[in-house]
Amino acid sequence: MTDLQDLYQELILDHGRRPRNFHPLTGTSRSAEGYNPLCGDKVKVYVKMEGDTVKEISFEGAGCAISTASASIMTESLKGKNRAEVEELFQTFHDLVTGQKAQLEAPELGKLAVFSGVSEFPIRVKCATLSWHTLRAALNGADEVVSTE
Amino acid sequence: MKSTGGILASEQPTRRLSLDPESVRGDFPILMQTVHGKPLVYLDNAATSQKPQVVIDALTHYYSTDNSNIHRGVHLLSERATQEYEGARIKAQHFMNAADSKEIIFTRGTTEAINLVASSYGRANVNSGDEVLITAMEHHSNIVPWQILCEQRGARLRVAPINDDGELILDEFEKLLNDRTKLVSVVHVSNALGTINPIRAIVEIAHRHGCPVMIDGAQAAPHVRLDVQELDCDFYAFSGHKVYGPTGIGVLYGKASLLDAMPPFQGGGDMIASVTFEKTTYNTLPYKFEAGTPNIAGTIGLGAALDYVNQLVIERIATYEHELLEYGTQALSQIPGLRLIGTAKEKAGVLSFVLEGIHPHDVGTILDREGIAIRTGHHCAMPLMARFGIPATARASLAFYNTKEEIDSLVAGIHKVKEVFG
Repeated sequence: MTDLQDLYQELILDHGRRPRNFHPLTGTSRSAEGYNPLCGDKVKVYVKMEGDTVKEISFEGAGCAISTASASIMTESLKGKNRAEVEELFQTFHDLVTGQKAQLEAPELGKLAVFSGVSEFPIRVKCATLSWHTLRAALNGADEVVSTE
Repeated sequence: MKSTGGILASEQPTRRLSLDPESVRGDFPILMQTVHGKPLVYLDNAATSQKPQVVIDALTHYYSTDNSNIHRGVHLLSERATQEYEGARIKAQHFMNAADSKEIIFTRGTTEAINLVASSYGRANVNSGDEVLITAMEHHSNIVPWQILCEQRGARLRVAPINDDGELILDEFEKLLNDRTKLVSVVHVSNALGTINPIRAIVEIAHRHGCPVMIDGAQAAPHVRLDVQELDCDFYAFSGHKVYGPTGIGVLYGKASLLDAMPPFQGGGDMIASVTFEKTTYNTLPYKFEAGTPNIAGTIGLGAALDYVNQLVIERIATYEHELLEYGTQALSQIPGLRLIGTAKEKAGVLSFVLEGIHPHDVGTILDREGIAIRTGHHCAMPLMARFGIPATARASLAFYNTKEEIDSLVAGIHKVKEVFG
């Protein structure tokens, strides 16, 4: 049961139930859609840049607790960060959920560290990273739907 | 001592004797394991069924003693392999009660069988302005081949609606038939809902409008007695791996008169009578539709699986599974916040459900940690999920080797899911 408790930590359940920044952004924002064809999870990430910096970020969609919480905590973590910092944080987060880096080695993850339990559930890595891949597509101006496959 | 396949008698099996799940479980070595430290509870049979030892043995025996190419060798091994391969065709013929073994075409599975009909029959008979009629409960494999065909031919794909229980609305189905309808393709048993469609009535209605009917029998073959002559369907397809046989082998039945008139599906070896660079004469049925070296081992394995099912007697399997389904339906219905998707009166062993506030994917992960294998997702039926306004379901699907104790484990597992999610 321990690994399940590691996966479904209270913070994740809370963000899964009550996602933050869960709305569209209007005006001069960029957006991209992400889709996991295996489980049907869908997410749309909106981001408003000011120069090189993330000014506002939000998302919409329907998915499991892991993908919803991941999108929610991601939006909370990235406001005020520049592109290079976003990319760096994504790499660190990716290493964490794929078990390549321990949480203790990466204090910069902050709340995102709560996803460390995902590494014990390899098929759930895609749930945790879907919103991140979608954000990167939005930042790169890619106009197509991002798929985990 | 070899297992008797769960028949509760030392003497000859009869149809009246009930099936003993504990005894049949012994025929399936894979069921004996633990996962995550818990006994495996395999409830993903609609995705693929497990294989009895006799099927595993048939594969091993073929590769150990008979392996060679069929229909061409003068040597003994080729003769034995050919005999076994063609023997499986006769077994499939009897399993479906086809009139003639040449009406049995081996394919990779149901998907390839439907694609064969869409490609061969479809391109010869469906033209601009024509229509193909399917239903709202189809698997993607009985949607996409027709979409591709319709797009290529400028034809239109029509979809007959279902009601909230997941049953086809026959009146609406009939209204959609007209003189432009060139083919009806309908699932026999729905993989996502468990609904058993009234195929005899569907065929009768379609034939009244002069329209041939293809049946996707992937989920029906393991649970329902097949009789293509009684159903009077024009094409019928099923997959070996869902009926306790190997993956990569399936059967397409087609009425000989239709198959004879159809152009080949794929070109290659074995499907020809003679070839020059100017002209090729095609082989006779069924070989016209079996280009290239087929899945010989898989076909022989399928033959062993059909023998196994025949020995258990499909009616006894269906009776036992129905008992399990009723037990499971009753047990799941009592869980607060659980909604069953697919409540047709005529139903095979599928328990598709959603839990309020909890995504099916999370349900699947937590159940897996309890040793319980279910399927979560859209079940390759995204339009059907849209019909019910849900992105996905959790699905427990039953086989005759499942037990009431395993249903109890499922129920306990669902309570655990609710506990984790508070």
